[in-house]
Amino acid sequence: MNTAMSEVRELTYAQAINEALAIALERDESVFLMGEDIGVYGGAFQVTGGLYERFGPERVMDTPIAELAGAGIAVGAAMTGSRPVYEFQFSDFATLAMEQIVNQAAKMRYMLGGGVSVPVVMRFPAGSGTGAAAQHSQSLEAWFAHVPGLKVVQPSTPHDAKGLLLAALDDPDPVMIFEHKLLYKSKGVVPEGYYVEPLGKAVMRRQGADLTIVATSIMSVRALEAAETLAHDGIDAEVLDLRSIRPIDRQAIIDSVQKTSRLICVYEGVQQLGIGSEIAAIVSESEAFDALDAPIVRLGGADCPLPYNPQLERAAVPQVADIVDAARRLVGGRI
Amino acid sequence: MECVEDKVDGTPAILRRVPESALRDALRKMILVRRFEESAEQAYMRGLIHGTMHLSIGQEASAIGMTMLLNDDDYITSTHRGHGHCIGKGADPKRMFAEFFGKETGYCHGRGGSMHIADVSRGNLGANGIVGGGLPIAVGAALSIKKQGRQSVVVCFFGDGANNEGAFHESLNFAAIWKLPVVFVCENNRYGMSMSVERSTAVSHVSQRAAAYDMPGATIDGNRLSDVLQAAADAIARARNGGGPTLIECETYRIRGHSKSDRNRYRTREEIESWGARDPITLFEKQLLECGFIDAAAVQVMRADVEDEIKAALDFAQESPSPEVGELTRDVYSGAPELTRQGVSQ
Repeated sequence: MNTAMSEVRELTYAQAINEALAIALERDESVFLMGEDIGVYGGAFQVTGGLYERFGPERVMDTPIAELAGAGIAVGAAMTGSRPVYEFQFSDFATLAMEQIVNQAAKMRYMLGGGVSVPVVMRFPAGSGTGAAAQHSQSLEAWFAHVPGLKVVQPSTPHDAKGLLLAALDDPDPVMIFEHKLLYKSKGVVPEGYYVEPLGKAVMRRQGADLTIVATSIMSVRALEAAETLAHDGIDAEVLDLRSIRPIDRQAIIDSVQKTSRLICVYEGVQQLGIGSEIAAIVSESEAFDALDAPIVRLGGADCPLPYNPQLERAAVPQVADIVDAARRLVGGRI
Repeated sequence: MECVEDKVDGTPAILRRVPESALRDALRKMILVRRFEESAEQAYMRGLIHGTMHLSIGQEASAIGMTMLLNDDDYITSTHRGHGHCIGKGADPKRMFAEFFGKETGYCHGRGGSMHIADVSRGNLGANGIVGGGLPIAVGAALSIKKQGRQSVVVCFFGDGANNEGAFHESLNFAAIWKLPVVFVCENNRYGMSMSVERSTAVSHVSQRAAAYDMPGATIDGNRLSDVLQAAADAIARARNGGGPTLIECETYRIRGHSKSDRNRYRTREEIESWGARDPITLFEKQLLECGFIDAAAVQVMRADVEDEIKAALDFAQESPSPEVGELTRDVYSGAPELTRQGVSQ
């Protein structure tokens, strides 16, 4: 394949993760994968398909349904020279492993005085929209972003899914990757070979003058779609894809709000005490506060468990129309 | 693990199989652990140490017997009652006391205290404040060993309290299905804080639970160093030779309370005294004297030498500098110091 062709090569988000895992397994023999049904089955979302056949059972390890020890074994292995990637089948199941993530992985380096690091990568298929109801649809990333010692990223494109995963595997600290299940089949340009996207850096998806939409994960995709609709109304929205919520790219948020004077935060996790609350606080505490022409708007998940009924499920998290509506009201001075 | 049948001239065979110097060293370490903890307790009473601590006085035989055959490239995971494990794995009491005193020269640079004390460079993957927290980590370390093709082993210490945690079940099952080089050591000191093992645990011996994972299990006298050493030797050899994990239950007793707030309402003075009469250091010292591996004068010299070491260690700790407050967030992450200021108002 020549260079020109490879530049426009498109992969799905799931394929991009699969490719990143294959590259990591290929280039570093200390890397191995652990998770439930990630072997012959290929993972619940087929993200690890073909890797078992290519790298064998020692590198692509099926585990029993035992998330606490599964995650903890990855932590212990990471402390002793291995580079494990642990897949939670659904991010909701991380509730079974919080002890090892929060008390052990996140704190080990600090409480042992810097004598050890925990270079573990954990992958969390997250988010609603699949009709899987309350225990298979949550967006719990803000919990993890509340814990010093962890890094938390949320890729929204196939390009970033690969680049952030490879960066995570190159990082000395525990990195939690929240992948949105609805994005697994989305397509995008993905460079071949090895590359990394920096952890902790937001990316500007669209330049605009009238308002800033700071979004995470699939909400970046919805914000871009909303921005196209808004453009027809003569509203020029800037879309900042946060990508990482710990560390968080404060400067990118502040710079954008100083430019546009208006801010909407869009995220799927429960609105209250969520990522948007932190973004709003960052702006409120910064020089960008003086630049604001309107109150900050948060669009987050509804204050209820994720419901099964499709109409209810859609209503429980921000949709494109919600973003468009909020932007119109904000720019029109109606908020 | 039938020490009685193994005796030659009254000496358990295992004591003939290790160098006499190693046995004397083990006795010295047991005395060192005891004096370290007694001195720490005194310093706490005098207000020199804050926070809390969990003393393992009475449990020295399992800590030292289980670690004395380990090399620097073997690992342990420890517990909140981990001072003996830490010294057993080669830590220096100077830096341990410094950690108790919250000093920069401590093993954790004053960030961990008694509950997280560890010399990571000697393969101690941490004392752990969460009951059962070290079990999955031990299995993970054993997985690394297997993947790296090394001959090392992991000794995973936990208490009777941890044997009812879900982490116990998950970890032992993982270690068994993957045949990993772990020795699970349950230091059954009869109580998880105030709850007796009879009230908390459905089986009469924790080691019976090994059957559920198809691994060998044994209950031994955890106050007799020779019994612990025999069990350790067997389990470590099995692990090093690819035979997989073993569960050893060391029956022992903590003479002190659970922590510094314990008022001993859940047990009797008679019970404490009956276990005190089976003091592991006294038992082992007697055994070495009877076997002719040491004489009374040498024991005296050893005890005096330990006192000197403890005094020097306490002096080192007290004279050491405290951490800089400006370095509060150091080591939250491995690099990039700007990351560690997350959440701190600027």
